[in-house]
Amino acid sequence: MSQLLLFDVFNGLIIGAFYALMALGLSLIINLSGVINFAHGGFLAIGAYLAYTLMPYVGFWGALVIAPTLTAILGLVVERLLIRRVYGRDPLYSLLLTFGLAFILQDAARIIWGPQTLPFSVPAWLSNALSSEYFFLTGYRLFMVGLAALSVMAVFATLRWTRIGMRIRAGVFDLETVSALGVNIGRLRSFNFSLGIFLAGLAGVLAAGMLGLQPTIGAELIMPSFVAIIIGGLGSLPGTLVGGLLIGVASGLTSAFFPSASEAVIYVLMALVLLVRPRGLFGEEGRLQ
Amino acid sequence: MTARPNPRLAADALIWLLLLTAPFWLNAVGGYTQLGSLVLVMALAATALNFLLGFTGVLSFGHAAFFGLGAYGAGLTIKYLVPSTLLGMLVGVAAAVAAAAIIGRLIVHLRGIYFAMVTIAFGQVFYFIAFRWNNVTGGDDGLSNWSRAPIDLGFARLDLPGSPTTFYYFVLFFFALSLAAMAWALRSPFGRTLLAIRENERRARFIGIPVDNHIWLSWLISCGLAGLAGALFALLNNFADPHDLRWDQSGEFVIMAVLGGMRSFWGPLVGAAIFVVLQDYVSTMTQNWMSFIGAFFVLIVLFFPDGVLGILRRA
Repeated sequence: MSQLLLFDVFNGLIIGAFYALMALGLSLIINLSGVINFAHGGFLAIGAYLAYTLMPYVGFWGALVIAPTLTAILGLVVERLLIRRVYGRDPLYSLLLTFGLAFILQDAARIIWGPQTLPFSVPAWLSNALSSEYFFLTGYRLFMVGLAALSVMAVFATLRWTRIGMRIRAGVFDLETVSALGVNIGRLRSFNFSLGIFLAGLAGVLAAGMLGLQPTIGAELIMPSFVAIIIGGLGSLPGTLVGGLLIGVASGLTSAFFPSASEAVIYVLMALVLLVRPRGLFGEEGRLQ
Repeated sequence: MTARPNPRLAADALIWLLLLTAPFWLNAVGGYTQLGSLVLVMALAATALNFLLGFTGVLSFGHAAFFGLGAYGAGLTIKYLVPSTLLGMLVGVAAAVAAAAIIGRLIVHLRGIYFAMVTIAFGQVFYFIAFRWNNVTGGDDGLSNWSRAPIDLGFARLDLPGSPTTFYYFVLFFFALSLAAMAWALRSPFGRTLLAIRENERRARFIGIPVDNHIWLSWLISCGLAGLAGALFALLNNFADPHDLRWDQSGEFVIMAVLGGMRSFWGPLVGAAIFVVLQDYVSTMTQNWMSFIGAFFVLIVLFFPDGVLGILRRA
């Protein structure tokens, strides 16, 4: 029993890592540009499918690097052509715009790669169980958690110690002043958006190896990512991470006792957080209210 | 309100005349009566959403939840309790209002994108309940094997199941009632206060208006009427679908309001009519309806942010 419980917790942690990766990208974009990117799930799906197509040529490791990069470039193009037109306008318009994009991306994946689930193979040595007692501890799962942690750390390091990261943090605080100090905020937003999309693409490649590859893969992950952000507190990146892991584990644990509520439980958790602490666990008071 | 010049009254009269006579001319222009009922149902939902969106200035992206609660409330009542059309509708609306009252209390103090995000997320709970609770709701297949019942008024009998035209007028009756109620509310001091909140919330707060309470009440009216629309929608199809509860449906209500013009009272009706007719037409032409609708969203945001009536008013 306790082993099974451990299995569910660990499973939840992995799913939570996806949520966290995805929510981190969403959070970056919301914080700097005030845009809720509904299309994030669509980009995730595109990243996963690109990896599928590239794998025969460049292998798993090549695809792991190239697919998210291509997705980020696609994100850059979309930001330059469409998203930047709604910056500074009523959030209603950015919601509708990215909502439409989400439909287009998901449908594009369906048209190009077909509606059926595609096999997505990971390197054989990664899919072996590491221990016979803890059968669920495959190398791939550990690898996923490790890589997710590594990319999160890389993002935080970029924000903390590089010039552009510093500008992003300053821009979150006061974009107008940053602009007045001579920073090209158009480029800053583009870079920030692409970075968020890169994380979505990466989450897509990792998720495809675990959840299977189908056009709705992103649509299923995006709502929990919203919940992760709300629970963690809008405006706080560490909060987003904690939120993601928390709902992952909560839904993993629930699936052990009451499987049909495993999706609904994260919304109950969100309601509780809103009830006790409306700004979210790590949210700053008065921000975005 | 002071007396307005006549063009406005003339427009109102024209719209009601068109709606009242629709069953007689719809076939001639290539439509059918059920399509007319569908336009009314969607227009009611979009107008209810716009009460909040356009006239209170609060962005809800989760109205499908209450629409779907209305649909399932009606369907479940008729299927399992009593085959009474009116009682089904009553339960549907009550379910939507009850859920809205609780959720509303949790979120009325949130604003802007925070509010939008929370409403999107909360909407999903009901979707998962409908989707997962197989043996009651029918799960992914939806709630079927029930149908709307005729209504006996004493002096007359409404043959709702048999005659699409009778059902159209049944829907129109509730549509007119709801729109009249919303129009009346908007002209009352309460409605004026909502406009004040929309225009400048901080100032409204400073002159002593309990802003959160007003938003909560506006949210309640909006969600309740969305629930009524959902109940009528389920009656129209004799079916309730978990997808009625999902976030894509919420997005469609918002786009209807924006497409028609969310600063106009009639805007959502115009938007719903265009959207429903287009959907009916395009879904028979192509399999790639999703791409089409996605492109539609993008084009509206980029080129028609003020909606049809917004453009007309400026011209």
